[in-house]
Amino acid sequence: MINKNERTKKERIKKRKELANTSSLLVIALPGIIYLLINNYLPMFGVFLAFKDYNYIDGVFKSPWNGLKNFEYLFKQDAFMIIRNTLLYNLTFIVLGTIVAISLAILMHELGSSKRVKFFQSSLLLPNLFSWVVVGFIGFAFLNSDTGFINNTVIELFGLEKVAWYSEAKYWPVILTLVYLWKMMGFHSIIYMASIAGIDQGIYEAAQIDGASKWVQIKSITLPMLKPTIVILSLMAVGRIFYSDFGLFYQVPMNSGAIFETTQTIDTYVYRGLMELNDVGMSAAAGLYQSLVGFIVVITANAIVRKVNNENALF
Amino acid sequence: MTDEKKMKIISSISLTIISTITLLPILLIIIASFTSEKALIANGYSFLPKELSLDAYYYMLKQGRIIGRAYGITIIVTLFGTLGSVLITAMLAYPMSRKSFKYRNILAFFVFFTMLFNGGIVSSYIMWSNFFHIKNTIWALIFPNYFVTAFNVFLVRNYYLNNIPDSIIESAQIDGASEMKIFWKIVFPLSVPTVATISLFTALIYWNDWVNGLYYITNPDYYGIQNLLIKIMNNIQFLKSGSSSFLGTGNVDLPGTSVRMAMAVIGILPIMIIYPFVQKHFIKGVVVGAVKG
Repeated sequence: MINKNERTKKERIKKRKELANTSSLLVIALPGIIYLLINNYLPMFGVFLAFKDYNYIDGVFKSPWNGLKNFEYLFKQDAFMIIRNTLLYNLTFIVLGTIVAISLAILMHELGSSKRVKFFQSSLLLPNLFSWVVVGFIGFAFLNSDTGFINNTVIELFGLEKVAWYSEAKYWPVILTLVYLWKMMGFHSIIYMASIAGIDQGIYEAAQIDGASKWVQIKSITLPMLKPTIVILSLMAVGRIFYSDFGLFYQVPMNSGAIFETTQTIDTYVYRGLMELNDVGMSAAAGLYQSLVGFIVVITANAIVRKVNNENALF
Repeated sequence: MTDEKKMKIISSISLTIISTITLLPILLIIIASFTSEKALIANGYSFLPKELSLDAYYYMLKQGRIIGRAYGITIIVTLFGTLGSVLITAMLAYPMSRKSFKYRNILAFFVFFTMLFNGGIVSSYIMWSNFFHIKNTIWALIFPNYFVTAFNVFLVRNYYLNNIPDSIIESAQIDGASEMKIFWKIVFPLSVPTVATISLFTALIYWNDWVNGLYYITNPDYYGIQNLLIKIMNNIQFLKSGSSSFLGTGNVDLPGTSVRMAMAVIGILPIMIIYPFVQKHFIKGVVVGAVKG
């Protein structure tokens, strides 16, 4: 009797495929759907603000239209600078960031899986856990003209003249790149380390038997094997090349107007237009430009990824 | 073999140097926070201060109410933000992982499209503040931008796809369990590893978030710890530029230079305390996120 029951149950399981109850599943997904509709989709309809002369009294719907005027002003004034800064910083970060991350990953991999590696990994990752506000404070401890470490100790040591760091634009490309590397290199090196760990050890053993030195092994095994990861990660970064890290460019330069020439990016520009200058129309225009060009770039980057390696394509 | 040993020594030395350089800036603000105001004004922030002092921390204890309140707000936001975020993310991800769910592809695209295009901060800001009136409420620190992200949804969905076999769901259905029950009693408990990883990263995002506060909070009563930090940085600069009326008259004995750094130390303290215990999961999470996301 029991046996028979079990058999029929098994048969039923075999015949029956799991059937989804559509409405119940929709109910489960509903809170998330509603959130994305509000947070992500509703603002998409707000892009028309870029074509309005927005003022807070008339509000979203009653403010007068002004055609492409916002874009005209934008491109007459600041567009070149903010787009140039955003693109150049991102390119620098992609190139230097990749080189530094891979170098660190190789060094850590060579050490094997000792406790020391764990310590190095954790130390390098630590800055990644801090908010940009705290990083801004750390930058301030080094750079402020009166009590900063650089002006008081380093400059003195070399007998140079003190620098007003927060008002000299020319130093900031270097400063921001260093800060970026300091905060992000641990994070990226972990990704590359995982990728190196995935390389077949047999290849290295064979190379060793053939008498290849470590340097030759790195050059002709590790780096070529990492190529797909490098290409994919770089292309994903290129897909976001019109977006900058708001925290890096807003908190670290301490909102100092004197250095906007080299620290203003599209994201900080949009923020300042909206919150500090009340130039909502111009700000919206810059934001829409960013969204549209960003959309085109990410689609293109993905198409290339798909050609390189279909598996890694985002869509 | 000697080659291998040489490489190990080179790696060891260079990583020691790089790690030290990485940690030094953090050490600088910690030392600075314990330096006396006099020494700071004479010699600036330094690794080898002339005179140590706890004045900055005493001063902060006196201001304990403000700092405690900001801490409390950040803790509440981090706790409820993370909890809500992870639950709703998992609930959205689960139907997308069910192969027999009719709208699974539409839903996946609906979520995915948010990664490709956005309406920009301007319309998002006007929507949240003018239509939902979340300015100067605790909701402003939880809902805009980070609450449910496509990235996390796909991370959890992929986990469900790869780790929850159809047969489990089938047999639960045969036992008469409803979809809701299957999710809560079977699927969600099975996804604890991924949920834990996402919770870790989400909690870090909420703890470190200052952008929502910058946009939506103008009333200092609702400042979290990060926005309090921003305020303090600006206010001490304000004092220095000559107008002391802003903070009242009792500021003569404010050890501003060291307090600033002590505040930063207070801001990172919880992270430094928790980090040793979760670093393993954190590092694993970085890898999973990069590979699957």
